[in-house]
Amino acid sequence: MGNEVLKMRGIDKVFPGVRALQNVDFTLCKGEIHALMGENGAGKSTLIKVLTGVYPKDGGDIFLGENLEPVTIKSPQDAQNQGISTVYQEITLCPNLSVAENMFIGRQKGSIQNWKKMNEAAGAILNELTIPAKPTQQLASCSIAVQQMVAIARAVDMDCKVLILDEPTSSLDEQEVEKLFKLMRDLKAKGVGIIFVTHFLDQVYEVCDKITVLRDGQLVGEYEIKDLPRVQLVSKMLGKELDDMSDIKSENATYEKKEGETPVFTAKNLSSTEAVHPFDFHINKGEVNGFTGLLGSGRSECVRAIFGADRNLSGEKTKDGKQVKISKPIDAMKKGIAYLPEDRKVDGIVGDLSVRDNIVLAYQVLKGALHPFSKAEAYKFADEYIKLLDIKTASADTPIKSLSGGNQQKVILARWLLTHPDYLILDEPTRGIDVGTKVDIQKLVLKLASEGMAVTFISSETDEMLRTCSRLIVMRDRHVVGELTGDDLNQNKIMSTIAGGEKNE
Amino acid sequence: MKTKRSISDTTILLTITIVVFFAMYIGAMLFQGKGFLKLQTFFNILNANAALILMACGLTLVMIIGSIDISVGGVAALVSMCCAVYLDRNVLNPEQNLTPGSVFVSMLIALGIGLAYGLIQGYLIAYLDIQPFIVSLAGMFFARGMTTIVHTNPFNVENKAFNELKEPIRIAFLGTVNKKGNLVPAKIEVGVFVALLAVLVLFFVLRYTKLGRAFYAVGGNRTSALMLGINVKRTKFFAHLMCGILAGLGGYVYFLHVGSGAASHASGAEMNAIASSIIGGTMLTGGVGNIIGTLFGVLSLATIQSIVSSAGFDQAWWTGITVAGMLCLFLVVQSVVIARKKKSLKKQA
Repeated sequence: MGNEVLKMRGIDKVFPGVRALQNVDFTLCKGEIHALMGENGAGKSTLIKVLTGVYPKDGGDIFLGENLEPVTIKSPQDAQNQGISTVYQEITLCPNLSVAENMFIGRQKGSIQNWKKMNEAAGAILNELTIPAKPTQQLASCSIAVQQMVAIARAVDMDCKVLILDEPTSSLDEQEVEKLFKLMRDLKAKGVGIIFVTHFLDQVYEVCDKITVLRDGQLVGEYEIKDLPRVQLVSKMLGKELDDMSDIKSENATYEKKEGETPVFTAKNLSSTEAVHPFDFHINKGEVNGFTGLLGSGRSECVRAIFGADRNLSGEKTKDGKQVKISKPIDAMKKGIAYLPEDRKVDGIVGDLSVRDNIVLAYQVLKGALHPFSKAEAYKFADEYIKLLDIKTASADTPIKSLSGGNQQKVILARWLLTHPDYLILDEPTRGIDVGTKVDIQKLVLKLASEGMAVTFISSETDEMLRTCSRLIVMRDRHVVGELTGDDLNQNKIMSTIAGGEKNE
Repeated sequence: MKTKRSISDTTILLTITIVVFFAMYIGAMLFQGKGFLKLQTFFNILNANAALILMACGLTLVMIIGSIDISVGGVAALVSMCCAVYLDRNVLNPEQNLTPGSVFVSMLIALGIGLAYGLIQGYLIAYLDIQPFIVSLAGMFFARGMTTIVHTNPFNVENKAFNELKEPIRIAFLGTVNKKGNLVPAKIEVGVFVALLAVLVLFFVLRYTKLGRAFYAVGGNRTSALMLGINVKRTKFFAHLMCGILAGLGGYVYFLHVGSGAASHASGAEMNAIASSIIGGTMLTGGVGNIIGTLFGVLSLATIQSIVSSAGFDQAWWTGITVAGMLCLFLVVQSVVIARKKKSLKKQA
């Protein structure tokens, strides 16, 4: 096309034992939004980190700018100076500094800090992007979504040639995503080249012009968006034809509900310290239900209250018809309830332990430290679940942190399945993992339910919820505002319930 | 959406420290009686603790970046001994009757030792990524050892120029009139001015320079700071470099106050410096801290010590116990305040 702004040719990157990138090419033009797609572990993040100087490359060339001059990028600072600005998936800002400082630190000239000028400039940008934050506010006092918007504001304010957005939308709600897309289109019109990494297919088809697909550290190809239908994109990412995802619910045999069976779990008038308003809840054997609502509406807080992860303020719980007291997670575990937490990095994995140790962890806790099981048993359990869930790992002894996100999630899932719960709570089990694993997990959920397990499933993606759940509990502002079953289970109905068009009160 | 004006953690902790200091000092005035009512008592506290202020400032810098340096006391002892031996050369060679060394050169020696410590420790910690605790522990042992090698026995320095510099400056307008009607001018040592100047300079550095803000960023989140385009290694290096220089300077001010060289000088000073920084609102986890707070931290610590000793509990362990109690109190107050603030934010959201 001739108006290329960035060319990467033959990029290699080797980590101990893994070839993370092999001979990857990537080309970005001015004024284009270019999606970088691939499963977890395909090398997207590595490619981005090579480009931004976080990792040194082991081979290949990078050409940048109008004349495509060869450049070496030594550090993130260097990348910024050369006109590459980046928004990372994890928020890479300093929580102890003010909003304005986070927007400007590390990219100003001179060595004296002019607070007044900086706050004014920051205020102007925040206003323009309608970000609800004050320049002088400490960043830690902003919500996660606002922090992410601040990071984006910082990146777009830089006079950049290339803007990289590495999964910036995972903590934003739909309105904020819309705002971001408008911003991206504006920048595109100004001639900025944008690299957009995301797992959300809808978003790709909404804003992107081109797609580059990576698989197992290798380039699969570069495509114009209009030439590549979704199904093909997914199959290119996976390297295989995908099962029709919409049909997975009907494929599985459903659990036959007997009349008059007592619910597996009920809660009455439950509320917790995390400002959830009292709600009633029940779940039957073999049922998959879900909490839905906008980000921050209290979905996770509800299940945390059920599991005893947050201190309960009021409420009664029954398990299999009998009244129980669950005030700590261990109580819930002993009653056969398992909870897969939302943030696997913080609440879930123990990074330095092996896959095997991570799998047997919860079971060990449940049995108590005085009743250890033999090494042979641990080996047996681990191997069994690695096979059952198709966890891709070099061996059971590999530290879990070296696995890709999707596989880490499967390990955590294995950990809880090993405790043989009657009631399984999955909080965002599919966030940030690739489509293939997502489908695997959804299928697994339905399979478990068909075997009689009760499952509560939470996801930000409504599609996924509709596909797996037979009953949806809708939340708004930490209130339960409705329950949808049967024919009511569709996008429109959910939206109108969330928006408060029809309150089921 | 209207956001409530939020105060940063640093400001909250600073306010607590200043309030507690004044409460304590006023309390001492009311209950301990006469001594504390005299302005000179306050100046004496400053005179005795100017060196500690300098060392605590250095500690505050490294603690803001989330690091630590426990070699400052050792450095102060080494500086005192080297300068003492240089200024009073007859100590080493009693028969030869050499001319005494110049005060200016002794200052250079002090700064040189501090600079060397800052450079070496800074390099090891920032660029070779060695644990700061281990590096400065080794630094402390080395300094104490070297002090004894330079000269074993404690001695007072005989040097005319030095003794003149050592004399407190008399300031008439801060003086008081005694019972006989004579004016007694306030006596303040040179070191106090050095320390206060350092506090002012560092306040400016931390608040109004890119380097200072980078300290906070690195302490707040190292990885983020790197991604934000801050040169993390250089920032860490500079914090340790400045801490080393301040330790050298502190050593000289200490030397100027005591006027002698001894291997046991400034023992435990590093711990007092850390304690002062913490009382002053610096957090060991990094990213939060304030140099004015550190000044008040040192003053609070010193005030406690003088209250304890003027109340007649002269044994060292009484001071130790009170300081320990105060540290605990401060840490609890700090975490309670911050936790409450976080809670109220959550409710707002």
